[in-house]
Order: sequence, then C-alpha cells, then structure tokens
Amino acid sequence: MPTVDTFEDALDGLAVETTRLAPETFEETIAEVVTVPAVGTSLPVESVSLEDTAVLTDPSPAEIDTAITGVTGATLGIAEYGSVILPSTPAGDEAVSLFCDHHVVVIDGDDIVPDMPTAVGTMATTLADDRESAVIATGPSATADMGALVRGAHGPKTVHALVIES
Amino acid sequence: MSTDEKAAHIRRLLDTEGDSVQENTRVFNQGRYAAVEDLEDYEGLKDRARDIKEDAISRLPELIDELTETVEENGGHVYLASDAADANRYISEVAEKENAETLVKSKSMTSEEIDVNEALEAAGVEVYETDLGEFVLQVADESPSHIVGPAIHKSRREIADLFNSEFEPDEPLETAEELTMFAREYLGERVKEADIGMTGANFLVAENGTLLLVTSEGNARKSAVAPDTHIAVSGVEKILPNFEDLQPFIELIARSGTGQDLTSYLTLLTPPVSTPTLDFESDEPLSEADGDREFHLVLIDNGRMAMREDSELKETLYCIRCGACANVCANFQHVGGHAFGGETYSGGIATGWEAGVHGQESAEEFNDLCTGCSRCVNQCPVKIDIPWINEVVRDRINRGETSSEFDFLVEGLTPDAEPGGVSLQKRFFGNFGTVAKLGSATAPVSNWFAELPPSRWAMEKVLRIDSRRELPTFADETLQEWFLVREGLAPADADREVVLYPDTYTNYISPERGKAAVRTLEALDVRVVLPDLPESGRAPLSQGMLSTARQQAHETYAGLAEQLDASRDVIVVEPSDLAMFRGEYEKFLPEASFDRLSDASYEVLEYVYGLVANDSEKTDVLSGGPGRVAYHSHCQQRTMGLGEYTEALLEELGYDVLTSTVECCGMAGSFGYKSQYYELSMDVGYELEDEFERAGERDRTVLASGTSCTDQLDSLLERKPRHPVELIAPDTE
Repeated sequence: MPTVDTFEDALDGLAVETTRLAPETFEETIAEVVTVPAVGTSLPVESVSLEDTAVLTDPSPAEIDTAITGVTGATLGIAEYGSVILPSTPAGDEAVSLFCDHHVVVIDGDDIVPDMPTAVGTMATTLADDRESAVIATGPSATADMGALVRGAHGPKTVHALVIES
Repeated sequence: MSTDEKAAHIRRLLDTEGDSVQENTRVFNQGRYAAVEDLEDYEGLKDRARDIKEDAISRLPELIDELTETVEENGGHVYLASDAADANRYISEVAEKENAETLVKSKSMTSEEIDVNEALEAAGVEVYETDLGEFVLQVADESPSHIVGPAIHKSRREIADLFNSEFEPDEPLETAEELTMFAREYLGERVKEADIGMTGANFLVAENGTLLLVTSEGNARKSAVAPDTHIAVSGVEKILPNFEDLQPFIELIARSGTGQDLTSYLTLLTPPVSTPTLDFESDEPLSEADGDREFHLVLIDNGRMAMREDSELKETLYCIRCGACANVCANFQHVGGHAFGGETYSGGIATGWEAGVHGQESAEEFNDLCTGCSRCVNQCPVKIDIPWINEVVRDRINRGETSSEFDFLVEGLTPDAEPGGVSLQKRFFGNFGTVAKLGSATAPVSNWFAELPPSRWAMEKVLRIDSRRELPTFADETLQEWFLVREGLAPADADREVVLYPDTYTNYISPERGKAAVRTLEALDVRVVLPDLPESGRAPLSQGMLSTARQQAHETYAGLAEQLDASRDVIVVEPSDLAMFRGEYEKFLPEASFDRLSDASYEVLEYVYGLVANDSEKTDVLSGGPGRVAYHSHCQQRTMGLGEYTEALLEELGYDVLTSTVECCGMAGSFGYKSQYYELSMDVGYELEDEFERAGERDRTVLASGTSCTDQLDSLLERKPRHPVELIAPDTE
C-alpha cells in the first residue's frame, strides 16, 4: 500500500518506529512494544482489542501517573506528514496519550489518508460537525528551548505506531 | 532614547545576546527555506491564507457574534474585553470564583500583551509558565525577545547557570537534555496541582467553536485538560469562519516560523472538552471521574477594532505570529527583539502591533531598525507588506515628534513636503537628492570640504552622521553631462529605444555604472535616452517622509509618461528605485499609471539578459570571461527575484560566479551612516566580508548591484566593488 509506505517513511523521519501487522498478531506485538505498567483506552480499530493484553484499560489518574506506556488509537493518519489524529474522549484518550513517557498509537491502515487537505476535510465532517476535540500529533513532544533539540518536553519521549493491515 | 543611548543599547545587545539570537534565528530561517521547498504550491497556499484572513477581518464583528454564540452553545463562556485592564479584571474574577491558588499557563503573546501574570499575582494567584522558553524567562525575570522562541537570546550555558543557582539541584544541570528533563519534572508537578489552565489560541473557528493551538512541547494540552478550568486568551483577529479554513495555516505556520513541516501537536480543542478531569491522587477509574469543566474564552480588542478601521494598520491583523519576518531580518538576527521590539511584540511586524495595541510611542524606539529592505515580504505567509507599515508608522512618528532645536535651520529651506518635527538626520537623508545635486555641482570643492575634520565634526554633531563611515564622493561630471556630450554616438538603426533612469547615485556619485549601462545597451542596438527626471522618492520614503515620497512619485511618473507613450522601456540601475516603480508606487499612483510604469520598468541586467537570451551571438559584443567574480545581489532585487538574471548572464558570459548567501550587506541606504546604527551595520556587514574573504575566494572580482551594498563592501574589503554592468560593458569609450 503506497499510502502506508509514505506514512511509515514520514514516521521514520520523526524517529517514530512503525510496526505493520495483521490483527491476529496484535496481542503478541503489544507485549513486545509495551513497557509495563501500561494503561490504555478502547481502540477505534474493530479488529483488535487491548482486552487480553497487559495494558490496563479504564485506568485511574493515579495509574496514568505511574504508567510508563500509554496505548491509544488514532482515528486518522496523514501519510505525507506521519501525523496521527488522536481524539479527545471521555474515556481519557487525551491523558493516556500525553502523560506517559512512551506512547503506542494504534491505527487501521485503511484510515491513513494521503495529505493534509484530505485530513482536514474528513475532520470537518466528523470531528468539527460534532464539536469534538482532537490532536494532530506528529512525532513525540519536543523542544529546542534549552539549546538543542530534546524529545520528550512535556509529553511522551517516544512514540511507536502500530498499523493494522487486514 | 537619545542617539548616544540608542547606540549604547544596541552595542550592549550585540555583545550579550547577539550571538545566541543569531544562531537560533538562522536555524529557523534556513529551516524555512528548506521546508517551503517541499510544498507543492507554496504561493497558492499563501494566497489562500491571505484571502481567508482578508475575508475574516472584513466581517470580523459578525464572526465575533457567531463564535460567541457557538462557544456558549457548547457550554463555555465568552467575554469580549475592550482592553488589557478589562480582560485582567474578568480573568481575576474567574480565578477568585474558582478559589484558585495556582494557574499553569502555556505560551501566549496576547497574554503577554495584557500583562496577565502581574494582574493574577496581584489577585493572589501563583502563575507558572509551562512553555520551557517562557519558564526560563520567568525564572530569569526577563521579557521575551522573539514571538516564537521567547528565550532564544539565552545560551544553554546561561540557562544552566540560571537553573543551578535558582534551584540548586543535587547534581548541577548541564546538557539540554538534563535541563529539559528538570523543567519537565518541575512543571509537571505544577500542572498536577494547578486550579486553572490558561492558553492562548492560534486560531479560533466561528462555526463550531474550535480553537487551534500550535505547539511542540505538550504543555498547552496539559494546561488545557489537567485542571478543570480552562481560560483561553485571544485577540479578536484570530477568528476564522470555517474549520476547513485552518488547512493552509496548518501547513504554513510552523514552516514559516521554525522551519518544521508541522509542530508535534496541533491541538484542536472544542471546549469545554469531554475528556475527564484529572486528580492524580484519585484511584477512581476515568469512567467514573467527574467530567464537569469550565471554559472561558476571553476575546481581546485592545485597539484591534480601531486597527481594522485604519487602512494602513489593518493588514497587521492578518499576521499569524509566525516570526518569519524577524528570522529573515538581518538586523533582527544581530540584535534580537530586545532592541527590535516594543512592549510585547518584536521583529518586522511588531511596529504595526505596537502602534495598534500600545500606541505609537511603543513603536518609536525600534521602528528605525526596519530598513525597508523588503526581505520579509516574500517570507510572510499572509503576504503582509511589512516595510510599508513601518514607513507609515515612521511617518506618523515624524509628524508627532516634538520640534528639534535646529528647526530654525531648515524650516522653509528644505525642498520636502514634511512638517517641522522631522529630525534633521531624517531630513538630510530624505533630501539626499538635493544634497547630491549641490555637492556634485561644486565638486571637487564639496568633496574636499566634506572630509575636513570640522565638517565631519559638524555632521556628526548636527546630523549624527558617523565619522567612521566614509562619505560618498560626488563626481566632477554627472552622468547626464557626460551623456549630453556624446549623444551623437547612439546607434543609427537601433532595434528599440529605452529610457535610462538617472537615479541620484548613478547620476551624481557613480556615473561609471550609468556609462557602462549606456555602452552595453547601445552595443546591443538599443538607443538610450537620458532625460532629466525627478528622484524616485526612495530616499524620503525610507525616512518615513511619506508626503515628500508621494510628491516625487507623481513628478517622476509625470516625467516618464511621455516616454511610456513613445513605447520606451524604462531601465533602472539602482534596484531600490526599481522596487519603488514595481512596488510602492502602487500606493502613490492611480492604478493604470502604476501598471503602465511597473510593466515597462526593468533592472539593467534583467533587460540585458532578455536581449541576449534569444540570440546568443549578441553576447559576443559584451566583455566576457573567463574570470572569477563574487557577487552580492541587492535586498530588494532579491525580493523581486532579479538576482538570478545577473547570475545567469554572468555565467552565460563565461564567468565563475560566487553569489553571497547572507541576507543583507547591513547598509540599506542611509542606515550605516547614522551614528546610532553604525556598529550594527558593520556587524551585519562582517558576515558578507567573511563570505567573500574566505580562503580560495579572495581573488574574485567583487560585484554588487546596489549603491549602498557597494559602499558597504568598499569599507569591508580591500578590493573595490563594481556594478556588474561595468564588468560586462563593451570596451568602447
């Protein structure tokens, strides 16, 4: 899939590791990419679930605070930039994707669009019409304010993308 | 600030903050050049961004109403604050109602504009800046020096020393990584205990109430969602009609600012957000957490609605605060925002902002640091004519200036159309055409007289012309005098006819380049006419003497109209004059007149390139290489995209061309002559010197298109610079 290839290339440029996988191997992959304690939210990809993994879903704020990994899903990916759209939900996607040092983002390969105009168009009819919130996240958090580029300013220091291909 | 105080202030900043600012702005700037190259349709994207802002500002009152309605529908509160005090009063009341003890804040220039931190602290609320750059400044008790990178004037070493003395960590902090992790931990705790989170807003969408925050650190997200109350502070000008309008800005803002394709986080918040509130001590699962949130949007007018009514300042409201105009500016690169800025905003567009929100006096201190070089014009993602705003504000400042003690010397004697308040120094440079005419008429006596120590002393004392700067010398014979004598030499069967525009410098100071232009054109079968024409208005314009500039524009057009009627092209040697014809005259002349003149005007080498492009045999009449040249294109010439013609022509003729890459020579017309700016002018110039004096390049013939650049290069290098046309002109009389 050329779009997913472009997405993977872009993520590579952002120092984000990408794993492309079939739904059947999801649980074993999660076990490899997650450092416990890990917290997560229910994923927007139908073919996979965190249920039988070491990832604790519906965590408390205290558990988020001590977790090393946060696992959340992306509703959309933008191939040209390696960006993922992380929804802000009552289930706590915003906190889980932001407060842990390592963020594992799960996205359906079919949800990756080629460019920003397409993504904004899609968001206008999904997110904007319903007056929801989301983050277009591109790589880990970063700063150059201390005299050199450092990854992991306030948000995650590392990001790992799992692209589900069916 | 007096001239001497200003000179000392600039000197101090050059010594203390200059290196750090320079390094950082350069990285941003070079990053931008690379990042916009990746865009498929950069110009188209800028046009769309511009159109959206023009439309949004034109119907701002209606968008404010629409946004207010939407946010309230979503469950938030909107407060339209008339000024800083009004905004601060409202924010303090919210804090009081929430019994807030602490507030975490993500970077926002608008909140800097209203000094909200002071107001909150007076109300008993502790404020923590969570953006790491702002945090450094809060600890150091300093103000931002750049609208995007507020602490770029501080080096890693200085930040380490600051943190080590302020926080006394067990192990002294040293690396950027250590400093960042320390601040992350420290501020992470502040976020967890904060009662209120405050953010700005880069854009607001009227139709659905979404606000877009452009950040990389994650602190804005944390500040907005960790505490249960979020206050967003934004100028009214940031409202866009529709969600899809965000797209061009999303793709332009980071590229224009820091040279990244996108920042790490583009946060699209439609508050109050549905994400659960976070009490980090709670063991309750998120599904049972309280989701009750308060959201307050404080929309700030603070002069903006008046700017909207001001035809010259209005464009400032299109600004998306990316900082590109600062990063590309040679002067800013050397002194930073603590010299090139007002109470809040810094860089090129700051003049518009400061004049609009804080008043003219706040813009006055730094407005002269914009030399009108125009390098920022192409870099602005919404195509704001920043130099024009600066000239307009300069003109207004001139008019508001208190009378100078020397007014009696010039009142009624100067040929300009300005009021008495304009400083003598500005008057001198604004009327330089008259000075040159007189000086040339009496040369060589005037040259000898000007260089006498008492004359230099008087010029320094009265006009503040720096005695370290070599003065231009007036030619014994002007270009026009030379031309009159030789008129019979014109080609008899010319292909075409052109007017050579005799600008002040070419006519009175450097007639050689004019003579070379005539010889070159004639060798290419072009008949040249050289009428007596008025000054273009560039000199008074750059001193903010707008009515004089306008008057000269009318006179110049009147003088050229007959030439245009005769289908003659207008060839301009001095790029800053061509920039008037192709740019600023749009503001002075009727549209049809502007179109006619700008369409028929050409820079001399651009024209010559056109003549030989389709007929390579024609190059035989020109003086060709081989030879090695070092070429510095002029700033306005680069903005107009004309440097390439000179390069291409020289290469076509067999020369090996090294083109300078530095933004500027540092001279920009009269800038380097002025005592208060002489050192900055030289500091900028040393970069050009470094480029041309590198080992292996010292044998190159130095060429420069503009007179100011030539003057500057002349004072920097042993080699005498020439105009490119002098190099290629055929070796006739």
